[in-house]
This record gives sequence, C-alpha cells and structure tokens, in this order.
Amino acid sequence: MVHIKRLQESGADIIAVIGEIDASSSIELDLAIAKSVGEGFKKVLVDCHALEYISSAGLGVFMSYIEEFRDKKIQMVLFGLKEKVANTFEILGLAELLHIRENKNEALKLANELSV
Amino acid sequence: MNKNKALVRLALFGSIVAWLALLFSDVTVLFSNLQGLQPDVPVWLPRVMLAAYIVCLYYYYKFRIELDDSLNFTDLLWKVFATGLITTVVSLIFRLLVFTLGKTSLATNVVFSDLICQINLALLVNFLVAALASWKRLILYQKSKWLIRTWLVFELILLGVLLYDSAGITFSENGSTFMNLVIGGLVLALSANMRWVAYLNFKQKWTSLLLLLLTFFYLAYFFYTVERSTETIAKVSPAFLDYRNQLLILVLAAFIIIYGIFSFLVILFNLPTSSVFEQKLEEVVNFQRISQSIQTEQDEESVYNILLESSVSSVFADAAWLEITGAANERRMFTYRMTEQESRNIREHLEKNNIKGVLDSGTEKTKNLSRHLASMKGSRFRSLLAFPIVVKEENIGTLALLKELPEGFNKEMTRIVSTFANQAGISIENFRLMEEAFQNARYKEELKIAKTVQQSLLPTRLEQDKDFEIVAFSASADEVGGDYYDTLRVNDHLVALIIADVSGKGTTAAFHMSQMKGIFHSLAQQHLDPKEFMSRANQALVFCLERGSFISASYFIIDTQEKKIRYSRAGHCPVLYLRADSKESVYLKDKGAALGMVRSRDYCNYIEANEFTYAPGDTMLLYTDGITEAKNNKGDEFGNDRLAAALNEVAGASAKEIENHIIKSLYEFSGSKNINDDYTSMTVKFKNN
Repeated sequence: MVHIKRLQESGADIIAVIGEIDASSSIELDLAIAKSVGEGFKKVLVDCHALEYISSAGLGVFMSYIEEFRDKKIQMVLFGLKEKVANTFEILGLAELLHIRENKNEALKLANELSV
Repeated sequence: MNKNKALVRLALFGSIVAWLALLFSDVTVLFSNLQGLQPDVPVWLPRVMLAAYIVCLYYYYKFRIELDDSLNFTDLLWKVFATGLITTVVSLIFRLLVFTLGKTSLATNVVFSDLICQINLALLVNFLVAALASWKRLILYQKSKWLIRTWLVFELILLGVLLYDSAGITFSENGSTFMNLVIGGLVLALSANMRWVAYLNFKQKWTSLLLLLLTFFYLAYFFYTVERSTETIAKVSPAFLDYRNQLLILVLAAFIIIYGIFSFLVILFNLPTSSVFEQKLEEVVNFQRISQSIQTEQDEESVYNILLESSVSSVFADAAWLEITGAANERRMFTYRMTEQESRNIREHLEKNNIKGVLDSGTEKTKNLSRHLASMKGSRFRSLLAFPIVVKEENIGTLALLKELPEGFNKEMTRIVSTFANQAGISIENFRLMEEAFQNARYKEELKIAKTVQQSLLPTRLEQDKDFEIVAFSASADEVGGDYYDTLRVNDHLVALIIADVSGKGTTAAFHMSQMKGIFHSLAQQHLDPKEFMSRANQALVFCLERGSFISASYFIIDTQEKKIRYSRAGHCPVLYLRADSKESVYLKDKGAALGMVRSRDYCNYIEANEFTYAPGDTMLLYTDGITEAKNNKGDEFGNDRLAAALNEVAGASAKEIENHIIKSLYEFSGSKNINDDYTSMTVKFKNN
C-alpha cells in the first residue's frame, strides 16, 4: 500500500511517497508523476523519506519517465532515500540515470542548477 | 402404461358386457311379464347388471379422465361436453329410427320402447359417470386432507346407494329423508370447491361457460327422453328397469347439475375480474423470467429487455426507456415505443427545472415525477415514474415508465415495478460476478500455460568442465515469474553463463524471458566481450520491452585456458565470490544499468566489464533478488550478509552441497518453503582438474 501526497514549494512539485510500492501501487506513483507533468511543472522532487520498499515495477515507473523528462527539460530529483531503497536503485544502475540527493534542500538546489 | 391400457380395455369390455346383460335381462323380464309367463332370468338381474355397468364405467373414466395428467380445466369440460355430444348424437339416431318407423306395430311395441329407453338410459349413465370423473378432478384441484376425506365419504355413500339400488330394498320415510339430507349436505360442501376457476384466463372462462351450458342442455334432453319413454312403458307394465327407482342415477344427476350450476355462476361472476388475475399471473411469470435470465446463458442486454417489457406490460405503460451504465462504463439506452430524442427531451426538461430525482442517478429512491411533466410543452406524456437500478449498492441506471394519461400510476404499480427493478439489479449483479469468475478462470489458465512455458525455457542440463562444476536451482511463487539462467559453451575453453530477472510477472514476464533466452543463445555464440554482449542485448530488447519494463542480468565468460572470468553486471544482484585461499566472500558490485533502462546507444556508457582470475576451490554464487529479499515472519530480509555467511559455512563443499545448504538456510530463516517470489541460484565450484 502506498500513499502519495503532493505539495508545491519554490516552484517545484514535491511528491511524497509513503509506504511500499509494488506492482499494483506503482500505478498510483505513475499517476502522480503524470499529473505533475500535465500541470506543467519543470522541477519534480520525489520525497522518499517514508518509502519503505520499492519493487521492480516501481523502479520501472521512474525509469519510464527518464526520456520524457529529458525531452521536456523537466528535472526530477529523488531525495531522502532509505538505505535499503537506495541499494535497490544502486543495484539496478538507476542511481546513475536518476538524480538522487540526501535531503530536500540539496535536491531543490540541484533542480534549480539543472534548470538553468 | 400398458397395464393401464389393459385396465381401460377391461373396464370398457366389462361395461359393454354388463349393459348387454342388462338389456337382455330387462327385455326378457318385461316380455315375460307382458305374456304372463315366468321369466327365465331372475327379476333382480337388470338392477345388478346396471350396478355392474356403472362400476365398470366408473373405472373406465377413472383411467381416461381422472388419471390423465395432460388434461387442463377446459380439456376436462371438453371431455364432458364431447361425451355428451356423442351420446346425444347416438340417442338422436335412435330417435330418427323410431320416427321413420312411424305408427307401425314395432314402433308401438312396448318391448321395443323399452329397448330404446334402456339405450338412452345407458347413454345418460355414461354421460353422468364421465361428468363425475371430471368434476372430481376439478374439485380435488388444490386438495386438502379434509377435502380428500369428504370426497372419500361421498364416494362411499355413492357405493352404498349403488348397493342399495341393486339389492332393491326400501328404507322407511325418515331413513330416506335423513339419507337425502346427508347427500345434499355433502354435495353442497363439495360444490364449494371452485379454486380451479381462478386459474382460467378470460378466453378459457368463456369456453367453460359455453361447455357448461351445452352440458345442461344434454342433461335436460336426456332426462326428457328417458322420462317420456319410461312413462310410456310404465303405463303398460311395471316389470322393467325404471330409472326413477334408481337412486344412484338421481343422486349423480343432482350432483352433476348442482356443481355445474355453481361452476357456471362462479365463472360468470369471475369474468369481470379475470383480467386482474391474469395480470397477477403475468407479473409472476415476468418476475421468473428476470430471475431466470441469468441461468439461461443470456447476456445483460436480454435482462434489460426483459425488464423493460415486463415493467411496461405490468403497469400498462405507453412508453418506457432504460438507461444503463454498462460494465465497461459505457452509457446504453433502451427505449420502448418512444424515440431516444423524446427521452432526451424529457431528461433535459427535468434537468433544466433542476428537479432532483432518480433520473440524475443521484438518489436511490423511486420517484413519481409526473407533476414535473405537466410543465413540459410538446410532450405527449403526462405521467412519469422513474426507478433506479442498483447493482452492488451502486446506481447503474434508470428505468423510466411513461403514460399519456395524467396520474397514470398508482402505488401498487410502483411497488411491482420497483420489485422488477430490484430483481433485475440482482440478475445483472449475478451476471457480472459470473463474468468475473470466468475471466479469473481464464486468467488462471493463462498463468498455467505461462508457467509451463517458463519452466521449459530453463535449461535441462548445464555446461560442465574439468575446471568447474555448475548446479542451479529455481523455484517460482504461485504466479509466473521471470527468473532465467543458462549456460553455453562458446568453444573448447570458453563457457558463457547468464542469470537474469525479468521485471513484472505473468505472461509478459515469461514472454520477455523467452526473448532473453533467444538473445543469449544468439549473442553468446559470437564470442563477444561481456560489455558488448550487454550493449547488443540492450539494443535488441529496447524494441520489445514496453516502457517501464526491464531485465536485470549478469553475464560471465569463464576462460579455462587463462583461468579467468570476464563478466558484466546489468542491474542484477552482485555476484558473490568466495576465494578459497583467503576464505573471504565478496560481492562484486560493478556499475551497470539494467537492460531496457536506457533506450539509446548511450547504454554503453552505463555498463562496464571486469575480469578476475579464479583458482581451484573458489565458489561463485549467482542468485536473484528472491533469495536476498526473502523475509522471515518478523519482516526481516535474508540479506547479503546472511547469504555470504551461509556460503562461508560450506566453503569447501561441492557445488551441490553448497546449493543445498544455502536453500536449507533460506528455508530455516523464512520458516517456510513458500517464499513469496521467484528465487534462483546458480553455483559454480572451481576444482582441480
């Protein structure tokens, strides 16, 4: 089960993911990101503080947006990953493809830098 | 069945024999009496033969009418009528015969008159007994214990009267009055049983009335005929079978006539209300149709049509429409004697006037919206009744009934149609549940096929070498997973190994797995560097993996000539390598993105290849995340550390022993053999050759 909250801060859309993302709940994550893109945000931050587990389907959601974000010049930064979740990203090589930062400030800073 | 037929024939034969005996003996007695002679046959013979005749006829009609289940009410009356018709025709033929004889000596002969009289009497008795059998069926329709007993008493009394008649004894005045009262009371009590009348429809009632009327006519004719000839003979001689002395015939006739009159009157008075009964009956039938529509392999559409038709016919609506949101959220309209445009106009009108009713699917209450129609111009309808159709507590549609009359619907109608709407909701719900069950069954079947396919994709034997031995183990959860491993000998000193995990589950996973197998078998043959292998595999997979799907894989080439392993890790779990000399196990965490993640030629920037040398006694453990992510009941994962520890415990063992130990450790940790994922391991043990 996953719970997703969205709030806006300094021109960035912050998507907070709470709980576990598996094959079925990954759809919700996909919808949240799609909504954010649809609303025209250029900076999308994903708050993973409360993300306990992510399955390959959940990773696939992030993966599936990589190209679209690059084409639309949207900056997505993940932050606050738990060690176990970060490890999952690491093993799959997604850490190389996505921007991951420790906390919100750093994430926001990176997003601002990249948007310039 | 054949036994019954034989009994019918026996009864018929018996009655004919009895009647011939009756006729012969009666004529003999009369003739002897006229001639002043002692008759050759006993004087009581005609009476007894009449009794025998009646008993035989009774059984004949019992089989023909009482036990024939195919007869309905009008058929029963028709049987009586037909018997009457035949007997009357026969009687008329004899009358014609007498008429043509005119005033000849034969015509005035008393013996001849007796012959004709006895024939007519026999026909009359025949008719009465047939009517008795029919009346019995009608009276005993919807029988109760009490009614059956009453009828039994009545039949016993009839038997008593029959015996009394044939014995020729006479009761005292009081005795016979008492008997008459008892019989009269019984006849009246039995005549009160008219339940069958309610089941006749309008047309059948008219038919029944006509048939009864004709029955009365026959009876009157026969009594008149028999009475006249009896009178004539009685004037000459009393020594013949006089029906007036036969109490049974009188009782039977009285019963037949009284019940006939009762039936006639009841049917007559039931005529005006019969349409209401028919209506009720139709409602029941409609109700059944709706509830049964689910069992007869019909689709939702036919449930809607039945609902529409039944509702319209039950409340005599002039028009109706049914608006439904289908299972796939599509809006559907069914109309009856009106155009879709008309229904749209009405809905728009109601909307415009901001009338909250069921038509907006907002409430679940049935509403009579007639008064709102009054303000609508250009519509022929003046009454409107709307019902919600509820499936699984969700309003899926509206049934609207219309009439051209104002105030056209009463409470009773509302109640009936509301019941129909509820039943239709249940039928549709059942139908959708069944559909779901079918889908699930189909899905399960598909999974079963996918699982078989997946199993068949895994190799049955693994490449072996004098330098190393390889064993592998793979198990999948209930669903189909996408774990894949394989080996391939490139040449005499090169062997390629692969382990891969396809994201997702089910048929697509099995499908991608088969693609991976194809890629492995074609690319590994070409003696490519692991990095090049991954780049080309990625390039090939980009075209068949859908967005968001990927395959994690590790690819190894063992070179037995140079004693080294070159490998590349594309997002797969890092391989665990145990060195025999240092007794240390390490995870080889090289960089590498999973296949399908980078959908361009840039992929080569995200993958690398490395190599190391191996020595005899080393162990290389390849596995999928099903092993490290297996959880115990506390929710802890088996993890890399436990896996490494388990390997260290059996560092010197053979490949098979290592595998067994690791799986044993895994099961001990998770506390069960049912791990909620696929888990695969491939163990390579290097050895001295």
